[in-house]
Amino acid sequence: MSSKAVRTGAHFMSGDEACAEGGMAAGCSFFAGYPITPATEVAERMSIRLPQVGGVYIQMEDEIASMAAIIGASCAGAKAMTSTSGPGFSLMMENIGLAAMMEVPCVVVNIQRGGPSTGLPTLVGQQDVMQCRWGSHGDYEVIALSPESPQEAFELTIEAFNLSEKYRTPVVLLSDEVVGHMTEKVIIPDSKKIKTLSRKLPKKKPENFIPYAHEEDDVPPMAIAGEGYHVHATGLTHDELGYPAINADAQERLVQRLIRKIRNHAEEIIRTEDAFLDDAEIIVVSYGCSARAAREVVETARASGMKIGMIRLITLWPFCEKKIAELAALERVKKFVVCEINAGQIAYEVERCAGGKAETILAGFMGGRIFTPEELYRVVREAAE
Amino acid sequence: MPLDAGRREIVLGKVNIISHRCKGCRYCIEFCPSNTLAESEDFNEKGYHPPYVKSDAKCVNCNYCETICPEFAIFVTELEPRNLLSEDVVKTQSRARRRTRRE
Amino acid sequence: MKIRFIDAEAPPASRILENLAAGHGDHPLDRYLKKGRIPHIWCSGCGNGILLTAFVKAMEKGNFDTKKTVVVSGIGCIGRAAGYLDLDTYHTTHGRAIPFATGLKLANPKLNVVVISGDGDLFAIGGNHFIHAARRNVDITLICSNNFNYGMTGGQGGPTTPLESKTTTTPYGCSEHPFNLVYLAKASGAVYVARWTALHTHELRDSIIHSVNKPGFCFVEAITPCPTAHGRRNKLGDGLSMMKSYRDNSVLTTELDPEDTAIGLKGKIAVGEFVNIDKPTFMDMYDECAICRANAPKKSKKS
Repeated sequence: MSSKAVRTGAHFMSGDEACAEGGMAAGCSFFAGYPITPATEVAERMSIRLPQVGGVYIQMEDEIASMAAIIGASCAGAKAMTSTSGPGFSLMMENIGLAAMMEVPCVVVNIQRGGPSTGLPTLVGQQDVMQCRWGSHGDYEVIALSPESPQEAFELTIEAFNLSEKYRTPVVLLSDEVVGHMTEKVIIPDSKKIKTLSRKLPKKKPENFIPYAHEEDDVPPMAIAGEGYHVHATGLTHDELGYPAINADAQERLVQRLIRKIRNHAEEIIRTEDAFLDDAEIIVVSYGCSARAAREVVETARASGMKIGMIRLITLWPFCEKKIAELAALERVKKFVVCEINAGQIAYEVERCAGGKAETILAGFMGGRIFTPEELYRVVREAAE
Repeated sequence: MPLDAGRREIVLGKVNIISHRCKGCRYCIEFCPSNTLAESEDFNEKGYHPPYVKSDAKCVNCNYCETICPEFAIFVTELEPRNLLSEDVVKTQSRARRRTRRE
Repeated sequence: MKIRFIDAEAPPASRILENLAAGHGDHPLDRYLKKGRIPHIWCSGCGNGILLTAFVKAMEKGNFDTKKTVVVSGIGCIGRAAGYLDLDTYHTTHGRAIPFATGLKLANPKLNVVVISGDGDLFAIGGNHFIHAARRNVDITLICSNNFNYGMTGGQGGPTTPLESKTTTTPYGCSEHPFNLVYLAKASGAVYVARWTALHTHELRDSIIHSVNKPGFCFVEAITPCPTAHGRRNKLGDGLSMMKSYRDNSVLTTELDPEDTAIGLKGKIAVGEFVNIDKPTFMDMYDECAICRANAPKKSKKS
């Protein structure tokens, strides 16, 4: 069934618009953002769509404020998102740390463009992968998803909301300019077939409720504002009651749990798309728009008899450590070829996980366009020799 | 004594001091309009001198000490109102003189 | 990599909740404070405690719905105020209390959202958020504890530090012109602007009640003594002498133009209500412009 929020049917839309539709389908009712190429279309689409369902679209004064506003909205019980690109993503880092510390679900869409600095506003890059992982100060874990098509941008935005609600953590949809501006067929399913999750709410009465009590899955239920729970949330290190506790014990308990709640569930979170891994000697690792060129190359090389396989990362963070380590440990796996539009970001992760048991080769460049299959094919051929 | 003294009731308050919360800023002592409080010589557990209610004090339940205290360390409870007595009348000459014609 | 973190065990729930109530309730206003949170962190003579009391008194007299009142604070000494109040409270990042509060309010317009923060937080790092929230007329109340310096970090100069004033970072006297917050708030579009000192406890309380009940962006500035950092370096004496100077120098005015209400290191302090106007809030306009039009029945092309 189609509804105001879910536009069931076949559409011809860009990756950015598909992100917005994914947010709508996931139940997003609050969007705060700031115009930035190439992510503006997400905000524009939201400014049309949210009022139709009684939601709130607000253009803030900058990305710092946008990020703060969606955390506030989420604390009031809304599913909230923002969208940006590299320069704005840098500004959001401060409050992404706050969302991680306060454990507030929210979704940040980053349509990556070439950097550093203002860089290439209208052209592609995949250079924010490590910033996404480590960009805010202090230790925290993050979840990041990378779509390769408008269809997947739609689906992964819903997934991003679900993961953020499930683990009470900010989730980044790390798309790129090519996927964002690519216009393709997007099929929006029946609203009943879309699985959406909402955060755990407290079952205890306010007087017995301990906001950050230890839970089996390390994710405590979240009391939202205006329900009488009178919770205190702070960016300071806090104890189980949520009150500031500036000491090593509280720091240890809190930060270990924040890390544990993602690391212990990494296997449930991580998704990859694998091809020809059964006999592969060379494995191409790629994601986002680069994966589209990589797939073409792998299929061509296969057809010419090369023992080549491919892993497309759908989840960038947490990284699929186990999978890479297991493959690297196999006698037959000789090399990983990592295709990404940067000077080596996921390549470092692959090299780390391969632990010297297989060689890692980076096929990278600095952005502004996508790989041509010919360029990539040359890298793969060299690797095979 | 005012002529209608028998028909007038006056409001009195009782000052309650939570000594251990006091940080000795003296605001309550200084700004009390009826000069009810004084600084004690004793220390509290934080090392400050909390206020005490003077023996001849007459708190009029204005609550100002409660609102000016930054520490939630003092509050006033209202006592039963009682009739005006002759000792309630301020004996000192009022500073609020009649305005002279020059003004 | 094998990871072996140092053991860290959370205490059982029973132990977390016990002892919290010790001493709680000794003061009648304790019922508006979270259990086990007093004494607060502020120095002897700090005006923040008086402002907190004024807010609590406003809750009492104004009969605020404690379920629907939310306090958001930024970073700094007064930023800790949120954590003492028995309400839903959020202690956010430096300067970001206003956009956080904007999100809370717009996502649930039934909430009464109050921001309590300091002059450095709201007008230096958060200055841009302030002018834009006032421009949009988001329905939140802003209470600023203005102590003319950064107290939490030891007394550095800031956006309200008066000219010639000495701080740890203006050791020869401040050479920057300060903001006049009343004037700034009016120019940015606030619908209610008042200034009081920590001595004006009743007026502060009443301004807070008025602001919380009034739709739109309301701003209350409270001049608070910081004897430890600002007072000491400028030879203003202890908290008591600073409070006495407020008593002697405050001028209640309703006629002064906000432009003429700047505060110097010494001299007169204009206090009072300077702006009190009515104007549609962000949500009023959003409902009218966006939600109504987005859901209006489409006009058929052949009419």
